[in-house]
Amino acid sequence: MPVVTYLEAIRQALFDEMARDERVFVMGEDIGAYGGAFKVTEGLIEAYGDKRVIDAPISEQAIVGSAIGASYMGMRPVCEIQFIDFIACCFDMLTNFAATSRYRNGVGVPIVVRGPCGGGVGGGPFHSLNPEAFFLNTPGLKMVEPSTAYDAKGLLKAAIRDDDPVLYFEHKFLYRRIKDEVPDDDYIVPIGKAAVRREGTDLSIITFGAMVYTALEAAGTLAEQGVEAEVIDLRSLAPLDRDTILDSVAKTSRVLLLHEATLTGGIGGELAAIIGEHAFGYLDAPIMRLASLDAPVPYAPSLETAFLPGVTRVVEAAKKLVQY
Amino acid sequence: MAKASKKPEKASDSLASNQLLEMYWFGRLAREIEERLVILFRQSKVIGGLYRSLGQEGESVGTAYALKKSDAVLPLIRNMGALMTMGIRPREIFLQYMAKGESNTRGRDLNIHIVHMPAWTRDLALTADQGRPGVDHDEPVVVGPISMLGDSIPVAAGIGMGARMRGRDLVSMAWIGDGATSTGAFHEGLNFAAVQKAPLVVVAEDNKFAYSTPISKQMAIKRIDERAAAYGIPHEMVDGNDILAVYDVAKRMVDRARAGEGASLIGVDTMRMQGHAQHDDARYVPKTLVEEWQKKDPLTLFAKTLMDRGAANEKRITEVDRMAKSYAAEEADAAEQSPMPDPATVARGVYAGDDYAEPTLEFVKSPFWEKQ
Repeated sequence: MPVVTYLEAIRQALFDEMARDERVFVMGEDIGAYGGAFKVTEGLIEAYGDKRVIDAPISEQAIVGSAIGASYMGMRPVCEIQFIDFIACCFDMLTNFAATSRYRNGVGVPIVVRGPCGGGVGGGPFHSLNPEAFFLNTPGLKMVEPSTAYDAKGLLKAAIRDDDPVLYFEHKFLYRRIKDEVPDDDYIVPIGKAAVRREGTDLSIITFGAMVYTALEAAGTLAEQGVEAEVIDLRSLAPLDRDTILDSVAKTSRVLLLHEATLTGGIGGELAAIIGEHAFGYLDAPIMRLASLDAPVPYAPSLETAFLPGVTRVVEAAKKLVQY
Repeated sequence: MAKASKKPEKASDSLASNQLLEMYWFGRLAREIEERLVILFRQSKVIGGLYRSLGQEGESVGTAYALKKSDAVLPLIRNMGALMTMGIRPREIFLQYMAKGESNTRGRDLNIHIVHMPAWTRDLALTADQGRPGVDHDEPVVVGPISMLGDSIPVAAGIGMGARMRGRDLVSMAWIGDGATSTGAFHEGLNFAAVQKAPLVVVAEDNKFAYSTPISKQMAIKRIDERAAAYGIPHEMVDGNDILAVYDVAKRMVDRARAGEGASLIGVDTMRMQGHAQHDDARYVPKTLVEEWQKKDPLTLFAKTLMDRGAANEKRITEVDRMAKSYAAEEADAAEQSPMPDPATVARGVYAGDDYAEPTLEFVKSPFWEKQ
């Protein structure tokens, strides 16, 4: 099986879906001749022309708004937000227009809004965001964030084929750092299913995106010290895979929730509530959360390293948890 | 080369008598529906607010009448006339305002926030059936507003672009008030439509007030159509209370959009004759302004045009007025009989696969409709 990067897997999904379905088209800033800020759409315009690969003005509301309109006409638009931080500029279109459409009128909005999220690359406050918590409280939206190249391709295909609006967050730190086996044949990774990345018995680290690798590295360190951590990769943030989460809690009785977005009001709070409501009897220790500190994402590497939840902090938190 | 001295022929000159009567009917019906809604509102049968288009019926009808019945409309709250022109059955409006279970939004959303997608939008195979009788080429695309005004404009642009990708002959028309032209979404959407040459016609209504805010505090330009100047698209100002003048401008803009020449904007000079909604006594509107515009009521003016053109005499017009009034009353009564939505369905239909009832929207032909 060919080994490709996380970024190449996303690109392959776009190529495949545009070939499979003439309704699929892509729209975004600098995605045509330039191939996108990170080159995710490189070669698309040569293959499919400027009618299906649309360079848009710097107008996120127009990009998402016109995608909604085109989806009403039966098209399957895929919007690129150049850096996911800019999704704030079309928050209204997503939460008020796209998310409510099916409920209000029975007319779904099958659009995908994808873009690079996440820090660790010196992007500063406006090129490093993890925006999932902004949208978690909006019924009608789906959200996914792959951590592997295999999932990146399969989840994007699933998102494009989904009949509801899907936000697809791709972690820019993983773009060229992660490579794995990705089939050429058609496959999807279903939205709503988490994956167990490492089996363990002493605690569950529930996470997603680039933090999966932080958790796995921490789990390796912990194993050397006799602590077996299970690592759950959520993959889908809305809806959440409650079964996989609760099964793991029932097995390990200790939970560390780990995410790269800041702590307060983050998705960890929702996960903690689900576990508290449905698995309280299994818990042997308080649910712990580890996330970025409650501050804007800082620029200087020394600051960003202190801001992000790194391996050392995960190991410390896990040890505290098993010693409780 | 010498310029042609002949006055350009107006599209409205070739409207037949039955078409003129039909336009009058749509405007009158819009007004009578709203009069009926006022009664229902006072009886507490309308849920929430009631927003009237009194004084603006003419421009709504004149613009929408330039469309084909298969085109797309994105009306705002004061475009009841456009909805009637597109053939939406009045009962649908009453069902919506009373939050009934059989309404288009099944009680999920208010007033004219209705949406309708003809079958071709969902079925790729139907694209080729365009124009073939018996499919659904007579049904319009309808996308009601959401309360974040301005959002309709990018969506309208996308409808035009998407229909073009599907190979459909479709023009998208969106109405917007002076207040909503101050939103970012309006400007982003209009600019994108201009760049993409989307088959879009935007009708920007200067009705003098956005809620209580006068247009002088909304924009520093003197004419609302100049909003379009920065986007390099044609724009024209028209007297919104002269239905045929509105129709003539709209027809030109719709025709050029249909011919692939891209987006345009029509600026409409009109007046909101009541407050923002029924709760608003509009004390901020100078009395003289209201009096001035009362003399220019679009339906009164159009009735005179009908008589001048020999399309109807006074007796016929009185008869049509009566027809509209009783039709509105019958439709309101029919809607009142409809049950309220079942609370057990409240969380259904948020995502695909959980759709519990197909929303419907019924269309009717006017009594003056004749096959062209």
